[in-house]
Amino acid sequence: MNNQLELMQGNEACLEGALAAGMRFFAGYPITPSTEIAERASLRLPMVEGKFLQMEDEIASIAAVIGASAAGVKAMTATSGPGFSLMQENIGYAAMTEMPCVIVNVQRGGPSTGLPTSPSQGDVMQVRWGTHGDHPVIALSPSTVAEAYELMIRCFNLSEKYRVPVVFLMDEIVGHMREGVDRGELGKTPVFNRAYPTQVQEGWLPYHAEGPAEAPALPPFGLGMKYHVTGLIHDERGYPTSSAEKASALVTRLMRKIEDNRGDIITYEDAVPEDAEISVVCFGGTARSVRRVLKKAREAGIKAGMFRLITVWPFPEEEIRRLAARVKHLLVVELNYGQLVYEVERAARCACGVHHIGKVDGTILMPDEILQKMKEILEA
Amino acid sequence: MSSEIIRKYFRRDMMPHIFCPGCGHGVLMKDIALAIDRLPYDQNKICVVSGIGCSARASGYMDFNTIHTTHGRAIAVATGLKVANPELQVIVITGDGDAAAIGGNHFIHAARRNINLSVIVFNNNIYGMTGGQFSPTTPMGEYGTTAPYGNIDQSFDIANLAVHSGATFVARGSVYHVDQTVRLIERAILHRGFSVVDCMSVCPTYYGRKNKKGSAVDMVAWQKKNAITAKAAAQKTPEELEGRFIIGEIHHDNRIEYTDAYQTIIEKLRGA
Repeated sequence: MNNQLELMQGNEACLEGALAAGMRFFAGYPITPSTEIAERASLRLPMVEGKFLQMEDEIASIAAVIGASAAGVKAMTATSGPGFSLMQENIGYAAMTEMPCVIVNVQRGGPSTGLPTSPSQGDVMQVRWGTHGDHPVIALSPSTVAEAYELMIRCFNLSEKYRVPVVFLMDEIVGHMREGVDRGELGKTPVFNRAYPTQVQEGWLPYHAEGPAEAPALPPFGLGMKYHVTGLIHDERGYPTSSAEKASALVTRLMRKIEDNRGDIITYEDAVPEDAEISVVCFGGTARSVRRVLKKAREAGIKAGMFRLITVWPFPEEEIRRLAARVKHLLVVELNYGQLVYEVERAARCACGVHHIGKVDGTILMPDEILQKMKEILEA
Repeated sequence: MSSEIIRKYFRRDMMPHIFCPGCGHGVLMKDIALAIDRLPYDQNKICVVSGIGCSARASGYMDFNTIHTTHGRAIAVATGLKVANPELQVIVITGDGDAAAIGGNHFIHAARRNINLSVIVFNNNIYGMTGGQFSPTTPMGEYGTTAPYGNIDQSFDIANLAVHSGATFVARGSVYHVDQTVRLIERAILHRGFSVVDCMSVCPTYYGRKNKKGSAVDMVAWQKKNAITAKAAAQKTPEELEGRFIIGEIHHDNRIEYTDAYQTIIEKLRGA
């Protein structure tokens, strides 16, 4: 037994990972099942001279996070479905103005107030398309407590590097679960900090990017390089413009920042044996049931594998396309009525059968239910 | 003097501005620059945060760290900016709709926290950017493009709303009263706490036209005629005050500022 083993909750691990990433500003509003993240932030941040704010609502929370980011501080908020819905406009604003920030969404049953204390994975598409207009999104999803810690560092790294809002797509399963974690093994992900000039140079353009898929090197407010930030379409000076050419250039660059860097952003767990006939595609807490299924499937003589998305967005299209060529069937396992399955179908391009098993009753998908579905597919 | 203020505090490459002829917002924008010019702050440490609307466009013309945010959210963004770096001097430019309708919740809660933000409201009693709809400060009975039969909503007195929400410096200025307004904005910025200057602007294009208020000059002359100080108003009956507005300092007190209060927690933990 390792004496460094500590019992930690997923939500707590998420906040501790953020602190390890250098997060020093949290603004949030209480909402189940994410509240422990705010509680821990209120306790821990003043200890490291960081700031915790309990705002009047989720709209104010994400707005304050953007303000803190403009001051150059690594900032985050944490919420769940209803609060995440309220944040959408400002998530788009952060994407447009290229203000790094991390939004944790501990998913719960929906729609509306739904099932506040029950697990769900119903926000897959809201994460991608929740705010209006074309905009880039990165979303990562953990399946263990230790991974919640480590991936939060990666969320901040990606956010700082590409200057985008990054969504940490947790679910109630991982958020409220307690697992033993080895503190000594945590925090091995190197921390990345945003780059920016520190002196005014002649002809400096705040929103100039070095390449067509790069982020601008915006300095924090107060350093002496005064510039303008707006959610309007803007030119390289940061000034509003309605030029068709500049509008297209800006939105294209915002999209390409993510598109062209898929290789750097996308991570996954490929546990699909060479001889697999069927592979599950899943993410987050659902993967825990799937691990059990794989064991049981082997015992039942079924050649099955699991492809777990760690990066949910951008969606690993190429990887799913290659996987579809390797197996006869893909079974998308997700706690919703069918969301990720559309992306899998699109990426598989009819190269194999694509099936779905979901649930919207606030309970988790049990290994036997998934195994049964697998058998039905293979016997059909 | 004027050209020097423009050279020092305005982005001339952003001009011409979008304000209509006769709009009061340009005057108020300059009032802010004049107030800042009288203060010892480093221009590089000053941030101007705005929301959405005609008023909100002012931030773009001003040569500071400026951020034009989403509708109603300027105060919430400014709160994050100020808490993250209390060294920054944060000024919020907002409108009547931005501050008191869509952003009303942030306005009252920032006042309650007494966070050191200086909120300058460009109050023109109308939604100008979208074409003249009635706002939370359109008087009852007046007209807007969405109040074709007269406004039946009770209007907000933004200064009173600020006082009763806990703001520690509250004043009202106007487009006509330039010197007084500059001094009030100066005091608001100097004040260590949540300050609000409700600045009466004029919108001849929509509010004026919809309500037959005459030209921009007529509207500014109305301000001159109907402004009354809080002290003088105290001697008048409610009937005598009908249709008039209070100008000058309305409320001033001192209680602990939010980032100072947070700092005491940090220091306590540091000592522990």
